This record gives sequence, structure tokens and C-alpha cells, in this order.
Amino acid sequence: MELHLILIFMICASIMAVEIKDLISSVIALSAVGLGLCLAFLVLKAPNLAITQLVVEILLVIVLIRATIKKDLPLVRDGRWLFNTVSTLLFIGIFLTFGYFALKELPNFGQPTMLVSREYLANSLTQGGLANIVTAITLNFRRFDALAEASVLFTAVIAVLAITRKTGKAHDK
Amino acid sequence: MTNNPSGMSLIVKTITRLTVGLILIYGFYIVLQSHIAPGGGFAGGVVMALSLIHLVLAFGRDAVLKKISQINSVCLMSCGAIAFLVIALSRLVTKNHFTGVLLSDIAIATMVGAGLFVVFLTLVLFIKESAKGNKQ
Repeated sequence: MELHLILIFMICASIMAVEIKDLISSVIALSAVGLGLCLAFLVLKAPNLAITQLVVEILLVIVLIRATIKKDLPLVRDGRWLFNTVSTLLFIGIFLTFGYFALKELPNFGQPTMLVSREYLANSLTQGGLANIVTAITLNFRRFDALAEASVLFTAVIAVLAITRKTGKAHDK
Repeated sequence: MTNNPSGMSLIVKTITRLTVGLILIYGFYIVLQSHIAPGGGFAGGVVMALSLIHLVLAFGRDAVLKKISQINSVCLMSCGAIAFLVIALSRLVTKNHFTGVLLSDIAIATMVGAGLFVVFLTLVLFIKESAKGNKQ
């Protein structure tokens, strides 16, 4: 019941965020969507995700308000729409084809119930050595997954630094 | 929200002086207790970055850049990433469970905190410089 209320609130807030004219009101409506998502994680009993969602949402709102809202947003729409449309359709087609062949190999949804989770639930304290089962899974059983996530974040930060570097520094003088 | 480099008013500065250490310690707490309670390296790192961003918003960018420059933040982020790479690959040969988790949490927190702080700094600097360039 609480989950449905939160979902209705999130849908209303996201419609407001899209439709409203003022940019700062739109950002505030977006942050309301994030708060609703955090409450939904709490209702679904995932406190790890709720903490992460809350702090990332705060950071996102600060960055949106402080760093980007004062800039005028140019919208490039002219030219190359044929190329853009064709390449988008091509990549959607490639993705769907590979997804069809990959999903055919998987077992049915929820068919062997708790096949992998049973091992984790039984062994997280004895083999993982941790009381918090989420940390035991992410940092002990699946540490290479965490390594891949960390490398994704590292690449994103490097990309931001590369895009916003000072260009034409030698030509100023 | 004023845009002058010296930061916000005296009230905001005083409150910031009182609260920013508490926020930083709360970030350390979230990182170090993640083996018994919800939390973890990512959330704790973001809280640490938020305390530094709090300083930037209240005192202005130049007061913080004197303490932690941008190059130092990038170096800290790279050190965290390399440390986590070494810890994650050392899982192949060692069987030590608890220390590995604690060390990898600290490494992830270092990387995430320094990385998100440097993203914020870069975006603010970039917007200001491009606005300055447009005026001239």
C-alpha cells in the first residue's frame, strides 16, 4: 500500500518535472522523484541502496543547481537527422538481435527458485566472514563486479576532466 | 545564492564551521561500519565529497583550493583506484576475508570521494571560465 502511494507520488513529480517551465522548479521536482525512490527502497527493505540513493541524489541536485542551471541550454536539432535516425535504428536492431540470442540461453524467470541466493544465504557468515550480507556479497563473493563498477566510475570522472579541460591554452598569449 | 568568490554570509559560514567536521566523520563512520550495518564505500565516499562541497559552497572556491588543489584530488582518486585494483586482484591468491573487505571499502571511498569532488570543482570552474570568456 505504501509502495503504491510512493509510486503515484513519483509519477506526479516526474510529470511536473517534465512539464514545468521554470528550470529550478523542475530540478526540485526531480529531487522529489529521487526522495520517493529512496523511500521505496526503504519500504522494500534495502537500506544499503536507500543510503546510496539519498546521498547521490543530494550530490546530483547540488551539481544541477550550482554548476549547470545558470547556463543557457542550446538545443542542436538541425542537420543530419537522417543519419541520426538510421544509426539509432541500426543500433537498436543490433541490440535486440543479440539480446534475443542471449536471453534464449537463460533459464526461465525464477524457475529454479533461489538457486544462487541459497548459497549466499548459507555461506555469507562462514565463508564471507561478515554480518552484513550485502557487503559480504559485493566485496567478498563478487569483488570483481565491484572492481568493474569502480572502473566505470573512474572512466566517467576522467571523461569529465577531458571534456572540460582548458582548450587553446597555448594560443591565449 | 550569490556568485561572489568570497562565499555566503556570516551565518552560513559559522554554521558550516560547526557542521562540516561532523559530516566528514559521519562519512568515515559509514565506510568503517559497513561490515555490520548498511553502508559501504560508495555511500561513505559520497558523504565525504559532500562535506568538501559544503565548504566550497559556503567559503567560496579559492579558500578550499588552497587546502586541496585539483591536482591533489586527481592524484588521490588515482591512488584509490590503484589500491582497489591491487586489493581486488589479491583475492586470487589470498584467503583473508575481513581485512580485504575493510581495505577495499577504504579504497573505494577514497576514489569515489575524491572523484566526485573533482567533478564538482571542474564543472564550477568550467562554467565560470566559459562565462568569463563569453563576456570578453
